[in-house]
Amino acid sequence: MAIDYATLKKGGFMRQKQKNNFSLRLRVVGGNLSAVQLAKIAEVADKFGDGHVHLTSRQSVEIPFIKLDDIDEVKKALGEGGVEPGVCGPRVRTVTACQGEAICPSGCIDTYGLAKELDNRYFARELPHKFKFGITGCQNNCLKAEENDLGIKGGIKVSWRESDCIQCGVCVKACRTEALSLIDGKIVLDKEKCNYCGRCLKACPTEAWDAVHGYIVSFGGLFGNSISKGETIIPFIDNHDKLMEVCDAAIQFFDDNANAGERFKFTIERIGKEKFKEEILEAYNNG
Amino acid sequence: MANFNIDDTVDITDVVCPTTFVKAKVALEELDDGQILSVKMNDGEPVQNVPRSIKEEGHQILKLIDNEDGTYNLIVKKVGD
Repeated sequence: MAIDYATLKKGGFMRQKQKNNFSLRLRVVGGNLSAVQLAKIAEVADKFGDGHVHLTSRQSVEIPFIKLDDIDEVKKALGEGGVEPGVCGPRVRTVTACQGEAICPSGCIDTYGLAKELDNRYFARELPHKFKFGITGCQNNCLKAEENDLGIKGGIKVSWRESDCIQCGVCVKACRTEALSLIDGKIVLDKEKCNYCGRCLKACPTEAWDAVHGYIVSFGGLFGNSISKGETIIPFIDNHDKLMEVCDAAIQFFDDNANAGERFKFTIERIGKEKFKEEILEAYNNG
Repeated sequence: MANFNIDDTVDITDVVCPTTFVKAKVALEELDDGQILSVKMNDGEPVQNVPRSIKEEGHQILKLIDNEDGTYNLIVKKVGD
């Protein structure tokens, strides 16, 4: 019987150099796995693989040296530990995320919650080519948002609350974009310079800032054969539902317009950046 | 310098991150609750990060004074244990 490699790839089985051996990619969301899942992965790697796993560049786990004949048994065993196969090929790939505000003192958004939501909404959706989401919690950009087809970066939009300010001056120095100055006992914010990093708020001894948490979204990032930084259209999205409208519009634009095997960046360039921008703004304003 | 009764001072301009914060933290440990420490630090990374780290430890920051020589004095009140 001929082996249907496309179907295997769709199910996360990557063909190895070694004949009849597959590296099984697993479904991981936002880089998190439970101890139970890890124990099952270890057990399967030991029993059906060669006793090792590979951590992929995008927060997934692959179990190499799975034999073709064992595929059904392997899937069943993994399922017992709450582990599912991942995907490869032309579809929505692993949604990656840093630890975000749930764990990290620098985080501005709940990256894992958002990763789970995007995973539920889009994971494995069939598209003309691969499509990658990445979510990073703040300007430190540990998760490298702009190298994804759609990157999301957490931010905080601040406004100074005079009544709680003690004029200590810490925020002025904590700011890395020189957006703040202390003039005659008042903090002045240059909105043009603010990059929504939230360091002023996080450093402030009295938290004398009103804060709106939100998202900086970039489109068309690539970091493979071609390298390109994703570009932002809307400086700051402060509403979760609007974020989803924008994500829906972006992925639909790709689905409607991309040629087979064409990454998002090249679709945007071929159809026109202005046209793409119009559709994103339409979804943002009227979605 | 404004009206602070400084109980102790520490100079962290001779060390680099992360020792800057550690040196300030050790100095704070020597103090009693409510006492005030002045921490002398360099411009750049120390003044960007050390105040926030001290805040996250639960101490109360009162003032950041620019010495206008590339250094700053951070006035901190020790809070609890």
